[in-house]
Amino acid sequence: MNGVTAIMRRELQGYFATPLAYVFIVIFLVLAGWFTFNFGNFYNGGQASLAPFFNYHPWLYLFLVPALSMRLWAEEHKTGTIELLMTLPLDVWQSVAGKFIAAWAFTALALALTFPIWITVNYLGEPDNGVIVAAYLGSLMMAGGFLAIGSFVSATTNNQVIAFIVTVVICFVMLMAGFQPLLSPLVGWVPLPIIDAVASLSFLTHFASISKGVIDARDIIYFALLIGTFLYANVLVLHMKKAG
Amino acid sequence: MIECKELTKQFGPLLAVDNLSFQVSPGEVLCFLGPNGAGKTTTMRIIAGFLPPTSGRASVCGLDVESHATAAKRRVGYLPEGAPSYPEMTARSFLEFIADARELGGAKRRARLDEVYGLLHLEPVLEQTIDTLSKGYRRRVGLAQAILHDPEVLILDEPTDGLDPNQKHEVRQLINQMSESKTIIISTHLLEEVDAVCNRAIIIAGGRILADDTPGNLEARSRFHHAVSLKPADPSQLQALRGEIEALPEVVETELDSKSERLTAFFSDRRLSLRTINELADNRGWELSELHLESGRLDEVFRTITGGARA
Repeated sequence: MNGVTAIMRRELQGYFATPLAYVFIVIFLVLAGWFTFNFGNFYNGGQASLAPFFNYHPWLYLFLVPALSMRLWAEEHKTGTIELLMTLPLDVWQSVAGKFIAAWAFTALALALTFPIWITVNYLGEPDNGVIVAAYLGSLMMAGGFLAIGSFVSATTNNQVIAFIVTVVICFVMLMAGFQPLLSPLVGWVPLPIIDAVASLSFLTHFASISKGVIDARDIIYFALLIGTFLYANVLVLHMKKAG
Repeated sequence: MIECKELTKQFGPLLAVDNLSFQVSPGEVLCFLGPNGAGKTTTMRIIAGFLPPTSGRASVCGLDVESHATAAKRRVGYLPEGAPSYPEMTARSFLEFIADARELGGAKRRARLDEVYGLLHLEPVLEQTIDTLSKGYRRRVGLAQAILHDPEVLILDEPTDGLDPNQKHEVRQLINQMSESKTIIISTHLLEEVDAVCNRAIIIAGGRILADDTPGNLEARSRFHHAVSLKPADPSQLQALRGEIEALPEVVETELDSKSERLTAFFSDRRLSLRTINELADNRGWELSELHLESGRLDEVFRTITGGARA
């Protein structure tokens, strides 16, 4: 069996060996429902659509994904198991990939468990299920982006609280990159193309188009590149830490 | 086979390992001795591939630990300091994970797992999570992890730390059994361990090798080497005996250990020491409860060698 699978299996076992998995899934489902019905006007909207549900995913992930990712590497550094992991005959990228895939698969599970709301909307009306599938895909890609950032931050520290806070901040900036309050300090002294480039990094814009059912290759590539970049940085950080 | 050439490791301003060179061959059990902070753990971490050296190189079975890291790691079993493991896993799932990561498959996997469960007596705790295990069991799980793939090279950082005397004895026996075919490095603070398992000892302090010899030869450096210790059956005679022994021309000095009530005599010509005392005891008709020739005291050699380096 190959190294990535070994790490992935261990990680997943770890989630379910502690209350972490259950607490995370329950809170995710409760919050997802609560946002949808309280703020999303799921019923009053009068539309058979899951838009009120997906609109709040970025904000859910902003706090829940860093809670999941903060321990990925910080805990290994703290407990010294990093020494065990790094002296197994595995490449660093295999460990990084294994951990990331496990965390992503776990988020996918939590996301999949929201299926009752999809059944509900199909029971109540006739939604466009193609749009819903696209939105689920977009949501999963976005979760992957958050996780890759979180995994990278976790590798830089052995303090999980720091990892959590820094990840939330970076993810918040990534979410809001396209919006006025974040861009206005740049206006005037930074060249316009750069401001455009910053704005185009926003999670929200890319997620919004996918969740409307428009699967644009550029949005998928954006998230794939984001994940790839942060995981690569994650590998580099681990190498740098090793070199002392 | 382990080879270290001019190995140096610098952490900022701290020189942890300073130009170490040595070789260890199969069949050798090398013991690293040294005060805390001497560079033992750092050296072992470099050989295990956890830390890259600042300069110099280390190789395992001819494979450089930096340029052929993965291949080298396959041949090494490593018990890190403190035997870290994942606390939420059961002992069984932890060792299954190691078997996965080391790509043990098929019949060999089953056989090796069963063998290490047996060798380290882990059967009763296999289904327990590691955080509920005693220190001794945790250490044994760590050892099991290190020997699982039957590696050619074993690097064990304080393998018997936290074990009770019976467990220590068992682990030492295990190391002795494995030593015939493997290259083994252990580190320890326990000097009795050197005699029990090692056939070579390196004393390190300040990142440098201060002595590299067999335990026997190291003991021979002791001033206790070939001194004679004795204990009269009647403790009140101790001072009288001491007087007579000190009167012998061959005796340089005597030492009285008031705790054990044992008298030790040091001779100018070490070869004659036991015979001289024997004859004296015979002539005077002393009743002794103990009389023996000292082979040397490793703790004293250790203090002498490392004491100077610390200053």
